[in-house]
Amino acid sequence: MSDMQPKPPRHRILSMTLLMLGALVFLFPFYYMVVGALQTKRDPSLSGAIPWPSNLTLNNFLDINGAINLGRSLLNSGIFTGAVVVFTIFFGVLAGYALATLHFRGRGLLFAVVLLLQAVPFQLLMVPLYVLLVRDFGLGDSYVGMILPFAINSVAVLIFRQFFLQVPQEMFDAARIDGAGEFRILWSIAVPLVRPAILTAALVTFIGPWNEFLWPFLITKKQGMQPLAVAVANFTQTGAGFHANPMGSILAGSTVLAVPAVVLFIVFQRHFAETHSSTGVKG
Amino acid sequence: MSAKTSQSRGPGPGRTAAATPAPGRRRRSRLEFALGRHPSGLLLAAPYALFVAAVFVYPIGLGVWMSFHDSFFTAPGVDVPQPFVGLENYATVLSNPAVRASFVHVAEFLVINVPLTLVFSLLLATALNSVIHWRGFMRVSYYVPYVTASVATITVWMFMFNSGGIVNQILGPLAPDPAWLINRFWAMPSIAFYVTWKQLGFFILLFLAALQNVPKELHEAAATDGASRWQAYKAVTLPAVRPATTLVVLLAIITGANLFTEPYLLTGGGGPNGASTTPVFLLYQQGIQQGKPAIASAIGVLLVIGVLIITYASRKLTERE
Repeated sequence: MSDMQPKPPRHRILSMTLLMLGALVFLFPFYYMVVGALQTKRDPSLSGAIPWPSNLTLNNFLDINGAINLGRSLLNSGIFTGAVVVFTIFFGVLAGYALATLHFRGRGLLFAVVLLLQAVPFQLLMVPLYVLLVRDFGLGDSYVGMILPFAINSVAVLIFRQFFLQVPQEMFDAARIDGAGEFRILWSIAVPLVRPAILTAALVTFIGPWNEFLWPFLITKKQGMQPLAVAVANFTQTGAGFHANPMGSILAGSTVLAVPAVVLFIVFQRHFAETHSSTGVKG
Repeated sequence: MSAKTSQSRGPGPGRTAAATPAPGRRRRSRLEFALGRHPSGLLLAAPYALFVAAVFVYPIGLGVWMSFHDSFFTAPGVDVPQPFVGLENYATVLSNPAVRASFVHVAEFLVINVPLTLVFSLLLATALNSVIHWRGFMRVSYYVPYVTASVATITVWMFMFNSGGIVNQILGPLAPDPAWLINRFWAMPSIAFYVTWKQLGFFILLFLAALQNVPKELHEAAATDGASRWQAYKAVTLPAVRPATTLVVLLAIITGANLFTEPYLLTGGGGPNGASTTPVFLLYQQGIQQGKPAIASAIGVLLVIGVLIITYASRKLTERE
């Protein structure tokens, strides 16, 4: 940026070539996914990477829809993801506000727990949670069982706490002197102030449950309850064999699964970059 | 990773002294002493705290408890004695060659994934830092795999890497036989390649942020002193990205310990012949498919202990000069 010479120096051309090659490696599988999803006949050869008009069809989408009911799976994914986002933000705002602005007994302990929770690996929780929710409470094949383990998210608490810390405390103190209760302060002063943070947290949280495979896979046996990621995976493992173009149908399912997250990311990429820098490496 | 969120303004003891209680409130001091100056804070934090207790603290306790008892699945409501068996579950797990193999597979994953991730993310971040045009496009394309569901990207990889797949078509006679995902030797490296591809964008942006924080004056000073481009890179840039390097290693260890979707889907259930099983895959197989939660819990506890030890050791290693 500092040296704007008329001819780009050699290292810059080298960099650009490298970056273009990199972008090709990153994007080609996505291109190939869409092409494969549209092919009438599977063509793994080199020329199969080009979408020849004679070999194009939408039948793969109809085929996978017949096998796993795309609408129902999308609805399940939507309910799972939507509920997780709403709960994460609700609990995150409450706890973040309390941690940032209120002095109460046990606050230090709670903050320590929030930090500690991020170090808890899911593999330690997987079996006991399965035993508790599926065996003891009979929550297998239910939205509640799917959502519960994801309903709180310590990252969201930390994001909101950070935002509330940046708000001048005098604003809250003034409202308190005027006799406003904490819930009123939270609702009419604090929440409007952190609206951008809410959008960011919602976007980042969305990706998690939408893409999640392991937990919903463990607790859903009925196909009618499975989110799209689980339905596509199961179709890949077992159901695809009898179909005319199994790979095409699998890729059609993958495309439907990938598109919402990719589109959201491209439209709101600024927000993703924000959390990256605010929750990323510092110290 | 967000444990690193700036804690400088944390609610430590320092902040409590900031405000003095209003004069009229002194009579409430005993309640204040018991609950704090803003008791409503307890109410606001309560939902989160209850959730933590219910879906984190209690299950972890249960997991550790199960690993020391002879526990098994029962119908809901049925109470069966689950006697204490000491370290028996751990002995069973450790003497099982399949479990030991799965830990070796994670080590294999780390040996391939960590160097690949470090080299390529640093290389691409450096290149990205030096160009002016197309930056936004590049950043988006590198990050897209990271935000896409593993299930969706794995199916394309299966399509690309199977016997007649496009990768083998390009390689021609160099293609491994049997193909990548069903080859004993290549199954685990294939998983490591896939994960490197999927997560590289995250690390590129991480390194890019670190590179952009390097003061320009340092490079100028190095150039004035007659340092070559490579010398300046070694002396100025590499030390500046050191914290990010530590994070790559840390997150790779956590990913390696958590691998499940990849062996389950990409290599068709830890195949071929168990050549790409992982601890979490065995946890699923033993604990849920075969109904042995006690054994699975012992694997889980061992895995967590292993992660803690390796993490600690690698931090000590990378942070020392």
